[in-house]
Amino acid sequence: MCLAVPGELLDLSTENGLPTGRVSFGGVIKLICLAYTPEATPGDYVLVHAGFSISTIDETEAVNRLASFGDIALQGGGA
Amino acid sequence: MKFVDEYRDQQAAKRLADEIAKTVSHRWTLMEVCGGQTHAIMKYGIDQLLPDNLELLHGPGCPVCVTPAEIIDQAIEIADAPNVILCSFGDMMRVPGTHTSLNGAKASGADVRIVYSPLDAVEIATRAPEKQVVFLAIGFETTAPTTAMAVHRAKKLGLQNFSMLISHVRVPPALEALLTSPGPKIDAFLAAGHVCAIMGFTEYFPISRKHQVPIVVTGFEPIDILQGILMAVRQLEEGRADVENQYARVVNERGNQQAQAIMACVFENTSQVWRGIGALSKSGLKLTREYEAFDARARFNLGASRKEETSASVCVSGKVLRGVKKPIDCPAFGRKCTPEHPLGATMVSSEGACAAYFRYSRKRD
Repeated sequence: MCLAVPGELLDLSTENGLPTGRVSFGGVIKLICLAYTPEATPGDYVLVHAGFSISTIDETEAVNRLASFGDIALQGGGA
Repeated sequence: MKFVDEYRDQQAAKRLADEIAKTVSHRWTLMEVCGGQTHAIMKYGIDQLLPDNLELLHGPGCPVCVTPAEIIDQAIEIADAPNVILCSFGDMMRVPGTHTSLNGAKASGADVRIVYSPLDAVEIATRAPEKQVVFLAIGFETTAPTTAMAVHRAKKLGLQNFSMLISHVRVPPALEALLTSPGPKIDAFLAAGHVCAIMGFTEYFPISRKHQVPIVVTGFEPIDILQGILMAVRQLEEGRADVENQYARVVNERGNQQAQAIMACVFENTSQVWRGIGALSKSGLKLTREYEAFDARARFNLGASRKEETSASVCVSGKVLRGVKKPIDCPAFGRKCTPEHPLGATMVSSEGACAAYFRYSRKRD
């Protein structure tokens, strides 16, 4: 139920007066409400729950956390 | 990074599991709060990677599971009224009420629709002014901002035909209840990362301090969960009880300020009944005075929901939700009770502990 899925924000628009954007989930594209992540810009990964972006994913924090546990297998994984 | 595959790396998982095994010198019991985490633990066999003296208990963080049968009954009563469209998240359709489910009501002719977002229900209301559109608003703090925005928008549009049947729940009072009620001793919590994406984690500081229990805000991928477990057992072995954040790529200490601001306008805390647990003070949400016109209970004269849960069947889902029993301790598990014919909500929701055990543990045999 609290499932939230990361996706790449493609562009910004306004739908029914609400900030909105197209978000790609591995190629599946949905219109997502961005009212709760006004800082998100195209190219950012956002975490989406029930049609709303609830967090802009912080790549620096992601890399730091993985590095702190020595899980560097991912560094070779590229973008 | 795409924030998925990096967190499912087998080698990294093995290294973390080895580090956990090296770190643990005592017997510890951890509880993962969220059903999504339970699901991931069973799906990826994380429990099988852990040393024998480290036990995972599955927490009550499955909103579908803790929604009282009475709410389902009320939703069905509303759906059966003339000129009503009842909208719900798909997860709720199969949950048994006292006599039937929303699926059952739909099969009998009620107009029950599954929506992806609460805003979709508002959209339906704008297009069908001759109908009363009711959204069944369930979920934890992760979901509450999405239903808050739906009501906020309905008010802005001046919609007279939109309302919500609300059964939202809040995590912190449930943790307090688990720590103070009889049951297994919980040495540390893996807190639900997406709830904290909205609320931050300042609410957990007093709980951790008062009960001397480590709380680690944890994500949902296998590497997230293993890191969270390692952070928790490091604290336990060092005799610390702090709030730590494994899920920093998504969660910050103060949470999502925009979401909290709308929630504060639309909702206030109220007592709430949890299926299998009972009534917990300030553990639910109700509409503030400014938005109370959108309360479906008042609009359909349903009265307050305060009935305690009763269960006459052999189902032990209430104990499963409190970590007192594991699904496999239930005599009905996998026999009389399956996802196709569930006796309790923990078997209905895919995130319920019983459904996760049924789906994944049988594959291991």
